[in-house]
Amino acid sequence: MTIPKIRHIKTYLLIGVMVIAGPLGNVLLGKGMKQAGRLAVWPPAEALHTALRVFGTGSIWLGVASLLTFLLANVLVLSWADYSYVQPASSVGYGVSALLGYFMLSEPVSPLRWLGIAIICLGVLVVGQSNPRSLERSPTGMERS
Amino acid sequence: MLEVILFLLIVVAGTGGELCVSRAMKAVGEVKDFRPAAIVRVIGRALRVGWMWAGVGLMALAFFSLLGALSILNVSFVVPVTALSYVAGALGAVFFLRERVSRRRWAGVFLVSLGVTLVFLGNR
Repeated sequence: MTIPKIRHIKTYLLIGVMVIAGPLGNVLLGKGMKQAGRLAVWPPAEALHTALRVFGTGSIWLGVASLLTFLLANVLVLSWADYSYVQPASSVGYGVSALLGYFMLSEPVSPLRWLGIAIICLGVLVVGQSNPRSLERSPTGMERS
Repeated sequence: MLEVILFLLIVVAGTGGELCVSRAMKAVGEVKDFRPAAIVRVIGRALRVGWMWAGVGLMALAFFSLLGALSILNVSFVVPVTALSYVAGALGAVFFLRERVSRRRWAGVFLVSLGVTLVFLGNR
C-alpha cells in the first residue's frame, strides 16, 4: 500500500473517531449529570458532596474519556492534515450530538430546533472554510493585519 | 437566569481560554517538529507563558459550567448553543488578537447566530 493511501485511510479513520467521540462524550456527560441529581455549590461541604456524587458517576468518566479520545484524534490528525480539511468534522458534531441526545436520551427535539442545528452546522462549516491565516508577514518579519 | 449565566461562562470563558492559549502559542512560536521529545519541549516552553495558565484556568471554568448546564438542560439544546463560541471567537480575534477576519468567516458567524436563535425559539 502506498504512503498517500495509508495517510488517506488514517485521516478518514481519525475523523470518524472525532465525529463519534466528541458528541458521544457530551451525551455521556449529559446522562451522568442528570443521574447525579441536584447540584449544590454552597456551603463548601455541599460543594464537596456534589463533586463526589458527580465524579462517582460512571457516565461522567466515560464522557471525559470520550472527550479525551476526541482531543487526541484531533491533535493527531492536525499534525499532517490541513485545519480546513479536518474542521468540518466539528461542524457535523453539533448535529450528531442532537441525534445522539434524541436517540440515546430520548430528548424531545422540535422541527425548529433541527432547522437551527442544521444552520449552525452550515455556519461552522463556512467558518472552517475561511482562510486560517489572516495575518500577512512583512519583509521585516513583523506581522501586520 | 441560571441558564444564561452558565451559557455566558461556557462561551466567554471557553473562548477566552482558547484565545489565551492561542496568544501563548504565538509567543512560543510555530511547532514544526512533531517528535514526542520536541512536543514535550514545546509544552515546557508554553507553561512558562502566563497566558497559558490563564487559558487553562478559563477552559476549566468553561468545562465545569458545561457540566452545570447539562445537569439542568438537554444535550440537544446545550451543545448547539455552545456554537456561539464561534461568534465570541471572531470578536475576540478582532479586538484581542488584532487579527483580520474575512467576510466569509463573518458570513459563517452570522449563520451560527441565526441557527442558535432558531434553537432558542425551538426550545419554547
